[in-house]
Order: sequence, then structure tokens, then C-alpha cells
Amino acid sequence: MNYVRSHILVCAGTGCTSSDSPKIIAAFERELAAQGMEKEAKVVQTGCFGLCAMGPIVMVYPEGACYTKVTPEDVAEIVSEHIVKGRIVQRLLHVEGSDAEAVTSLTDTKFYKKQLRIALRNCGVINPESIDEYIGTGGYTALARALTEQTPQQVIDIIKKSGIRGRGGAGFPSGLKWQFTADATSDDGVKYVACNADEGDPGAFMDRSVLEGDPHSLLEAMAIAGYAVGACQGYIYIRAEYPIAVKRLEIAIAQARDYGFLGSHIFGTDFSFDIELRLGAGAFVCGEETALMTSIEGHRGEPRTRPPFPAVKGLFQRPTLLNNVETYANITWILNNGAEAFAAIGTPKSTGTKVFALGGKITNTGLVEIPMGTTLRTIIEEIGGGCPNGKKFKAAQTGGPSGGCIPADLIDTPIDYDSLTAIGSMMGSGGLIVMDEDNCMVDIAKFFLEFIVDESCGKCAPCRIGTKRLHELLTKITDGNGTLEDLDTIEELCHHLKSSSLCALGQTAPNPVLSTLTRFRDEYIAHVVDKRCPAGVCKNLLRYTIDPDKCKGCTLCAKNCPTGAITGTARAVHVIDQEKCIKCGTCMDHCRFGAIVKG
Amino acid sequence: MKSLEELKAIRERMQKQIDIRHNDDDRIRVVVGMATCGIAAGARPVLAAFLEEVEKRNLKHVTVTQTGCIGVCRLEPIVEVHIPGQEKVTYVKMSPDKVPAVVSEHLVNRHVVAEYTIGAADERGR
Repeated sequence: MNYVRSHILVCAGTGCTSSDSPKIIAAFERELAAQGMEKEAKVVQTGCFGLCAMGPIVMVYPEGACYTKVTPEDVAEIVSEHIVKGRIVQRLLHVEGSDAEAVTSLTDTKFYKKQLRIALRNCGVINPESIDEYIGTGGYTALARALTEQTPQQVIDIIKKSGIRGRGGAGFPSGLKWQFTADATSDDGVKYVACNADEGDPGAFMDRSVLEGDPHSLLEAMAIAGYAVGACQGYIYIRAEYPIAVKRLEIAIAQARDYGFLGSHIFGTDFSFDIELRLGAGAFVCGEETALMTSIEGHRGEPRTRPPFPAVKGLFQRPTLLNNVETYANITWILNNGAEAFAAIGTPKSTGTKVFALGGKITNTGLVEIPMGTTLRTIIEEIGGGCPNGKKFKAAQTGGPSGGCIPADLIDTPIDYDSLTAIGSMMGSGGLIVMDEDNCMVDIAKFFLEFIVDESCGKCAPCRIGTKRLHELLTKITDGNGTLEDLDTIEELCHHLKSSSLCALGQTAPNPVLSTLTRFRDEYIAHVVDKRCPAGVCKNLLRYTIDPDKCKGCTLCAKNCPTGAITGTARAVHVIDQEKCIKCGTCMDHCRFGAIVKG
Repeated sequence: MKSLEELKAIRERMQKQIDIRHNDDDRIRVVVGMATCGIAAGARPVLAAFLEEVEKRNLKHVTVTQTGCIGVCRLEPIVEVHIPGQEKVTYVKMSPDKVPAVVSEHLVNRHVVAEYTIGAADERGR
């Protein structure tokens, strides 16, 4: 038999790779050969499918069967049952919720139904290490058409008309940015195109998935951008912590050069363009555009004042177009499908889709791409599957350390740039961290601030000193030593940080604090006035006690207490010595009578 | 250096391969029974013949796939053809030499090859 009739797609993104997908790929190769199927079925490593919580994921086409949490031991059964006999292995299919039926195809799941994949269109569909497969999906035709049929201005006009705004977080209209860079001049005529792949927000991994799953779409878009603005060199600034993405990009760049899609005289035209990688060492501030460019130049990654904006004076003092990975990932789709088709998706002011990395207290941890204007409720309850263990949804944090919290009563807010800004959060790069009733909002604010204190580059005083003082004030509150005056001081300090920091890192650092202080002021008050942490997170405010009415004197708690803080004899009420207690909660886990009270 | 024509050629060649990964509802599905009974009765050469014909005629929107035992083992190899919006047609006692007729008549021209169907076999059985 000469025709491959079945494709076995195995996720080779970072998530699934860390849970053994390379071993699964090897096992498939071995089993297919052992069962004489190697000519009928082929194994394809692919990018992220998005449902990372259920990884490693294997999809078998043409049936489109989606197997989740596959182990190398399951492989022999999949080959002998599904590939040889055509029987889908029911026990490995994805099940949504305990009472739901198994769904064969991933596209039929609740997780996928409300999604619309543009930036992630090829992730989990093609082999990212094969340029031919990318071409098979229509890849590099947008570049060919632009170079041979369109003028640079026509390309820019299409991008403008699509209404796409920067997916890195700030939401600046991309078409305008392209126009500014195209209109700018430099003495020697040199301009640059750069890509911000320094995805640093805690909990965000959409750019990584595009880079790992569809690297050529980024290269093609950057070459188009180079043609549009008049640049012949591109740089991708990517974090060294993304080794798989770096490797796939290196392979993709070599393939594109080999095919002549990068290099001199592309498609026989006068346009020449090449791309180089620059690896960042993992500083959060290098995701800020001026710091990123300073780092590419080989200097210490510190921001500088704007203006001049990068479009006027960027890399090496030349006009530079800098876009985020996800923005570029939309470009070829727009050129292939038309600006109108893109503008028809989403809301009038926020067109297209947005990718979110769902994390925290959510069932379907993973990547989702939804049309702009979809409500937070749809994302969390329908696509995300709600909070695990039946816990109550409390808030969602968007925009990482620069964003804010959206409380449960605003769950019907449509997700677009302007609605999020209006409620004191921001789109950010797309991290969406879900919190349930067990999360303390003061502690969350402190967590993000701690990150900022670590990552502040120290160039300007407001950020270097201000964030540190802010962190100290929050620590004072979570330790139970806060006063009501501290809350006023915090607000004042936040205001100064916003107005006087040099770059966006410092200017947006107070956002998590301010938004929790506004939305969850009662929790702050509880910490300050009642010296109590309502969620039971802040250890210094926590007390474990034993309810004498419920205690049966079984001694189980005393036996398991690691510090010997519990005393009492058999069949007598036990007591916790608060001096010795380290608030680990072990007693509560072991008590069979619900006698341990946390509060 | 690739030219525009070369790009187009690669795209067309690869599109066919990647096509298999879209399980749209509007595709024609040819399902070959491949349980032990089917394989013993010679389903594998039938499956191969379908793949070969579909490839040779460059048919898009056709998926050749397989399934387990349908239950009428005496009539294997069994092939079902699902065309969206139409009732499924079951061909029985298939062999590779019957495949070209099914592909050209049924998949391309949409005329069911009545003599190979389960209905015709039942008639003969009486």
C-alpha cells in the first residue's frame, strides 16, 4: 500500500513534551513498524492543541479521534485497535465532566465549540518542522502576492482596514504603527522589523505556542512587514527559557532561507529580507519595547524615555517596526482572507480574535482563542469548564503584573480592549488567571508586586524604590500589622508610581494593587481591622482551633501534627498550642469529624 | 530559490496530504469493515484499492477510513459509503476489482452501483 490513510498527530509543545510526548512519538514509530502499519499511518509531531490540562494529547485522523492523557503504554493498544482494526479506543477519549459522555472529536468539545482559531489556526494541525506542510495550508502565498502584485502601501492599507490592534497588550492600532514606520526616514535608509517574543507575564504562554506550533507564519508575516515598511533585516527577540520554540524557529529560518523565502531577491523581485534570532536572558523588563531593543543592540536591557518612538528611532537609532508574536500570527490570515473578513469578527473597536492562556483555578488549563467581545463568563464557565472541585469563582486576573482583577459580579463583561480598560484591568498579552474562593486578594496583589520588585531594572527611582515600599506595606497588612492609614498611603504611592515611572513596567505595576483595593476593599479591611484573612491564606492571620463539641478525642490530629502542637488524651477534647502551630493544615486534612476550624 | 510556480506545486501536493486532518461534515466517507472477519475475507486489498483509486482520480473531500465488525460477517468485506445528506449505502462481498466501478459511478457520478449492495445480495440469497 502506497498511500498513507491515517495521520497520528502527537502534541510536541512544551506542556506535552514535559509529560513524555517524545516517548509517545517513539513508541508509535516502533509499534507501527511492529504491526506492519508504517506505510499506512504516519506519525506527525505538531504544536499545541490548547487543552494542556489533558496532555499528552494524540489526535488520529481521518476520524479526528482525540485521545487525552496518553501514556507510552497506551500506544500499542491505539495501533492495534484504532489503526489496524478501526475501533476507537473509548477509554482514552476526552470526557468533559464526570457525568458527560466521551467525545470523539476535539472540535465537538465544549472547550472548542466557542473558539475561533486565527492566530492558532495551524497549531495542532501541521508539523511545525515541515515548511512543506505550512505551504500546504496556503503558507507563503500572502508573501508571494504582496511582493509580486501589491505595493507596500496597499499592504499597509489592508492591515489598517482590518482594524487589528497590537496583541502585546497595549492595543495600539497595528496598521498605524506600520504606516509610521513606513513614513519614517533614516540617513542611510536602513530600517528594521522586530518581533517581541519575550513573553514574560506569569501564566502566559500563547506566544510560545505559536512559535512552537506555527513558526513559519511569524517568518512570513515579518517578511511582509519588511516589504511594507521598507526594511531588509528582522530580529526575533525570544526568551532562552523557550528551548523548543528556539529550536523550531531555527529550523524554520533555515528552511525558509533554503526555499528562498528569506534572503536576497525573494521570488525574483528586488526585495531582500533576512531574520536573526536574539535570545533574551529572561528579564521581564526586556518585554518593554525600548528595553527589548536596547538588549538586541547588545546593551544591558534597560528602557529609555519615549518619544522618540521606535517607529521613528528604534533599533540602532533607525526606524523600527516592533510587533508581538500574536499580532504577526494574524497578518497572513488577514492578507489571505481580506481585511473585511477580519473586521467582521469581534467588536467594531476590537476586531478579530484574542488568544488567552487559561491558568489558575480552572478545569481546562490551556490555550483558547475567542472572538473579541466574548464574555468572561463564556471563557470561564463554558470553554474553561469552571473552577475545579465545585468551588466558587471569585475573580479573574488579566494582563499579568500590569493588569487587574475582574470580580465575579463583572463576569458578563465582554472581553475587548476598551471594556477591560473601563473596568480597571487591561487586555495584556493574554494571561488569564482564574481565582476561586480560596484565593486571598491581598495575597494575590502581593504576589504580583513581589514579581515586579524582582524584575524592576532599577533605572528609575519610582519603580525601584516605590514598588519595594509598596510591597512592604502589603506585607505589613498580610502579617496583621496594617492600619487603615496604610491603605491611603498605598493608594497615594500607586498614584505616584503610575505617573512618574520611566516605562510601562513601573507605570502599570500598581494595577493589581489598585484593582484589588477597589474591587475587594472588604478583604483589605478584614486584614487590617479584624486581623483576619477571609480566604484563609495569610498564615500570620490564620488560627487553627478545635471545636470541643465535635472533637471525639481520636488522637489522629495529634499523631500527625509535625510540630507536636496538639495535646490531649484519647477520648478527650484536644487543644492546639498556637505558639507551636505552623499552620500547615495537616490536622484539618486528617480529622474525620470536621472538628478543626480554620479562621 | 523557489518561484511562484514551484510554490504552487508544493501547495497542491501538500494540500492533499493535510486534507485528511479536517474532519468536516461535508466530506464523503468510505468506511471499510476491518475487524478480524473483514480482514480474513480480504478487506485490506479492498481498502488499498480505494485509496489508490481516490488518489489516481485526485478526488478531494473523500476520506477512506475503516471500522470494526458491522455484524454481518458472512457478507464481508463490507464497505459503507456515506455521502452527506444521503442515506448510507452498504456494499458487500467487495473485492479490489469492484472498487473502480464504485469510485467512478458512486463517488464521482453519484449513481449507486446497485448490484454490489447489500440489498442485491439479500435478493440473491433468497
